[in-house]
Amino acid sequence: MADPASVPDISANQAGPAVSLRGVTKVYDSGVAALGPLDLDVRRGEFVSLLGPSGCGKSTALRLIAGLNAPTTGAVTVSRRGGETAPGHSIGFVFQEPTLMPWASVRDNVRLPLKLGRMPTVEADARIASALAQVGLADFADAFPRELSGGMKMRVSLARALVTDPDILLMDEPFAALDEITRFRLNNDLLTLWRDLRKTIIFVTHSVFESVYLSQRVIVMTARPGRIAAEFRIDATEPRGEEFRTSAEYAGYCRSVSHALTPQHREQPVR
Amino acid sequence: MSALRTLPISSRKADERFARVMRLLAPVAVMAASTAIWSLIVRLNNIPPYVLPGPEAVFTTLIDDRQILFGSLLVTLRTTLEGFFAAAAGGIVLALLFNQSKWLEVSLFPYAVILQVTPVIAIAPLLLIYLPQQTAVIVCAWIVGFFPVLSNTTLGLNSVDRNLAGLFQLYGASKLQTLRYLKLPAALPFILGGLRIAGGLSLIGAVVAEIAAGSAGAGSGLAYRIAESGYRLNIPRMFAALLLLSVAGIVIYGLLALASHLILRRWHESALGKEN
Repeated sequence: MADPASVPDISANQAGPAVSLRGVTKVYDSGVAALGPLDLDVRRGEFVSLLGPSGCGKSTALRLIAGLNAPTTGAVTVSRRGGETAPGHSIGFVFQEPTLMPWASVRDNVRLPLKLGRMPTVEADARIASALAQVGLADFADAFPRELSGGMKMRVSLARALVTDPDILLMDEPFAALDEITRFRLNNDLLTLWRDLRKTIIFVTHSVFESVYLSQRVIVMTARPGRIAAEFRIDATEPRGEEFRTSAEYAGYCRSVSHALTPQHREQPVR
Repeated sequence: MSALRTLPISSRKADERFARVMRLLAPVAVMAASTAIWSLIVRLNNIPPYVLPGPEAVFTTLIDDRQILFGSLLVTLRTTLEGFFAAAAGGIVLALLFNQSKWLEVSLFPYAVILQVTPVIAIAPLLLIYLPQQTAVIVCAWIVGFFPVLSNTTLGLNSVDRNLAGLFQLYGASKLQTLRYLKLPAALPFILGGLRIAGGLSLIGAVVAEIAAGSAGAGSGLAYRIAESGYRLNIPRMFAALLLLSVAGIVIYGLLALASHLILRRWHESALGKEN
């Protein structure tokens, strides 16, 4: 799916992948080999999950894609948006913690990427309002982070990532610290946003259920140094919703992915 | 005590109100009692005022000598304020420089520590030789005040959330933007804590320097009045001046604590009520 020809509004270099990793490794200064070698292509508009045990380097991979760290070897290519003149940033990042500035209101937290990009206030205000509306927080613009619940803080963090209208959204276990009810709701909202906005999303998680529920492709990673252990295409009927979460199809995918995640317990991997 | 657990809400509220009133009342009661005992001891033993004046004598001196004493208070307060502002500016600017350049920090920090650990009372006479008296006094107030500001600001600038710093990097923030929108706000609670300590210390520095200067035969601050009254055996005036110094210290601390609370009340844990 996501045939480039079916997405006519992106004009330039639409054929190439949005994100491409070639032979990427990361060895930290301490000598710990965290990642790789890793080869990965993510298509435009694709929703990919990186799934693996704690410390398998999946967050490292995300930081490399974001440019927050440099790979030890290999190349990370992130295609810039073509044809657009807006000063928007092509990558949005959502951390595991909401990572909000406690001294700033919700509005000013969401404003941050625009302020750093020196966008005129009038245009910024409009974008902030629309980003907050997208995550359902239009009424909380003047609240301070400490006045919000964990799920609402995460929504602010999401709005901040969306406010620059990025092509690619990188999410590092964003809902791991939330209770299940809140997480399910945010999962559904994220899927709706993805369907509406057609962003490329790379989603890091250690939850099999979350990865299968959300993504088109689940990439299972090995323990450190993280490599790709298996890859699953989740071809479920769209749009996904609560029926999918309780379907036999969903349970089947979860079972296969779980087995791939724990190969040491199996003589015969499922795939 | 098991009855406490089943108290109705209204009675628990009354309890809280009682506790709040007591928190104000208890120290006042202690002061009233000790003043009364003091007065009683002086009167019963017929102690002459040049040995130990009663509280009444101190109070009358405060009224009678108000022209001299309040004039001196203003002099000391001015010195303290000048020293405090110099310490605040110096501490914050130095911490910012240290934060920008590791080598600057490595080279200069030991000297900041040396200035801090050398007793100011020992430095003051030396300063008075080389500097005009008023400047020397301010420099003393600065020396004792700047270190807590420097070390707290440094700590604050280094306590920035790692992910927030990553976010600023992701969006290509300049050094100045990172400083203005991330590091300084994150360091603000630490800076305010440093300033609160520096306020009290500046007063101490000013007093120490005034006493050192006073013994050299000049000056008109409160500390000088204390030294002078000591030579003249005007003990009630010594007490009155001391009282004014204490009140000045309390007011300085209170004002800085209030400013800190007002600035931080919307977001920082330290300024939030328990119910949040």
